[in-house]
Amino acid sequence: MALLEIRNVTRRFGDFVAVDGVTLSIEAGEFFCLLGPSGCGKTTLLRMIAGFDLPNGGSIWLDGRDMSGVPPEKRNVHTVFQSYALFPHMTVADNVAFPLRMARTSAAEVEARVAEALEDVSLTGLALRYPNELSGGQRQRVAVARALISRPKLLLLDEPLAALDAKLKERMQLELIALQKEVGIAFIYVTHDQQEALALAHRIAVMNLGRVEQTDEPSKIYGFPKNRFVADFIGTCNILDANVVRIEGGRMQLHIDGLGEVVALQTGAVAAGTKGVLALRPEQVAISQRLASDVHENHFAGTVFDFLYLGDVTVYVVELPNGSRVEAMLPNSAPGRAKFFEAGDRVEISWRIDAGRFLTE
Amino acid sequence: MTSRRLNTWLISGPPLLYLVVFFAVPTLIMVLASFRYPGEFGGLAPLVQRGEQGQLVVNLTLENYQRFFSDPLYAELFVKSFWYAVVTTVLCLVIAYPLAVLIARSHKRHRDLLLLLVILPFWSNFLIRVYAWMIILGPQSVFAGALNAGFRLFGFGPVRLLFTPFAVVIGLVYVHLPFMVLPLYANLEKHDPALLDAAQDLGANAWQRFWRVTFPLSLPGVFAGAALVFIPAFGIFAIPDLLGGTSGIMIGNVIKQQFLDTRDWPFGSVLSMVLTVVAVGLAGLAAWYARRARAMA
Repeated sequence: MALLEIRNVTRRFGDFVAVDGVTLSIEAGEFFCLLGPSGCGKTTLLRMIAGFDLPNGGSIWLDGRDMSGVPPEKRNVHTVFQSYALFPHMTVADNVAFPLRMARTSAAEVEARVAEALEDVSLTGLALRYPNELSGGQRQRVAVARALISRPKLLLLDEPLAALDAKLKERMQLELIALQKEVGIAFIYVTHDQQEALALAHRIAVMNLGRVEQTDEPSKIYGFPKNRFVADFIGTCNILDANVVRIEGGRMQLHIDGLGEVVALQTGAVAAGTKGVLALRPEQVAISQRLASDVHENHFAGTVFDFLYLGDVTVYVVELPNGSRVEAMLPNSAPGRAKFFEAGDRVEISWRIDAGRFLTE
Repeated sequence: MTSRRLNTWLISGPPLLYLVVFFAVPTLIMVLASFRYPGEFGGLAPLVQRGEQGQLVVNLTLENYQRFFSDPLYAELFVKSFWYAVVTTVLCLVIAYPLAVLIARSHKRHRDLLLLLVILPFWSNFLIRVYAWMIILGPQSVFAGALNAGFRLFGFGPVRLLFTPFAVVIGLVYVHLPFMVLPLYANLEKHDPALLDAAQDLGANAWQRFWRVTFPLSLPGVFAGAALVFIPAFGIFAIPDLLGGTSGIMIGNVIKQQFLDTRDWPFGSVLSMVLTVVAVGLAGLAAWYARRARAMA
């Protein structure tokens, strides 16, 4: 049995359904991400796991025990809050010692374990500081050390890196991955940042409007999105409306409105005439002045409408003769090379037939 | 003078002037009066006088202070008043704290109404409200009747409520309660609710959450409220006058007597000076504690 079982959990606030029949199971030692836009219900779900909120329907099981009626202080689950919620009137050491003192641990043991916990997050020299004397990254580490010191079964993290700048965020992500591996405690990490989820998680549940859209490993979520929402929310994606014209030998011929016929690999049991979208990652679209024709590729000519220079890559928005636009990404691997094309340049784009993914919902 | 400094003076000038005229000058007059002789028919004897040989004599003396320190009666009254003020402060704190927590945690829509109810008594005259207590505590009142009927069941004789130290404390607590509620509310309202969630999440029960998180963080409010209650309660005379009778007399009553009945202004000034020094000393101590508590928060 999984460490945490969420069974058909629903939470309504008046007419609004914040969490709508969610079923998930999280294994011991897993780094699990709940990913979704704000208002998708991920924080409500987290609060129900912690015990601050109760489901209107369904049940939550931790380690084979039904958690209904178990208050937060009695659940073997700790939370790292978005604001960290460090106690401002306590030193770093007292903050970290708090859960042990609540559990009436002996003073000698508290001292030893606090010292050990502070060492784990490299805060040894700051034990006697107050939270207002710490930097954002240090506060985050105190919050994590405090939540882990009494060895919970499960650690919940509510967008703990949202307040940090990009550089520090990346460093803290690496630290969290290392720490999670070391302590072996299951993490449930809530975020709206898809890159963060891809970088951190063993598995991701993508949520939208209170429901789980897809639960999978990061590479599956990115490479094989189940539906239009997941494809669009994770990374950037060209979403082209398409109709199935013909299916033949594992391939399908699609008609894309205003663009023409393209070929894609068959996904699922779809019949000719099905409406859907073709999801295509910009990095899968090749762009060049002149491309050799190839039967394994879909091929179009167009003009550069605009481009975004992002340092490592440049994203070109290519306008096709019928007015539809497709984004293509090109690495700027040559030093000093800022861009290859200017707006207005005539270019050709192509993508392999196994690159695009036809989605029906 | 730069315009910035001019602005500073324009803004701080009027309140500064007010404090000098209505606080500093009267205090200095009081200090001086405490070293002067009483006049023959009350008030103060002339400060400068022609002596027998026609020379100028400045009439200053330490006699008033000697009188204060040689008669333990006054020190005892100070100590008694101090304990009345302490009991009042503690009772106000115990009553006001849950009230302030309730207001701070109630829905925003109801908060203003609840705060209005706290300050509503200020809308009627202080003396009228104390007279109301004389009626409530008086022997003919329904309250006293019910209480004594209850006592009779357990075999107690009838108990007098009015003109006792008990009545004084009731009056003191009643009058000063809003001064404790408001600073406590102002402090509690600022607490981050996530801190209580975090404490609960980390295993603290309701009792531990209060004593480990809410209460220590509210200490600046506790000290501010305690100072606002303790200092006026220490020197008050109206409430012991009306509710205390002879047994409930406080140092404020003696000071009032010295000025209005005995008309011994110098000795009244001495008592006022001692009261001021003690009150300022205690307030300073409270402010120091509050600052220390805030430095940590």
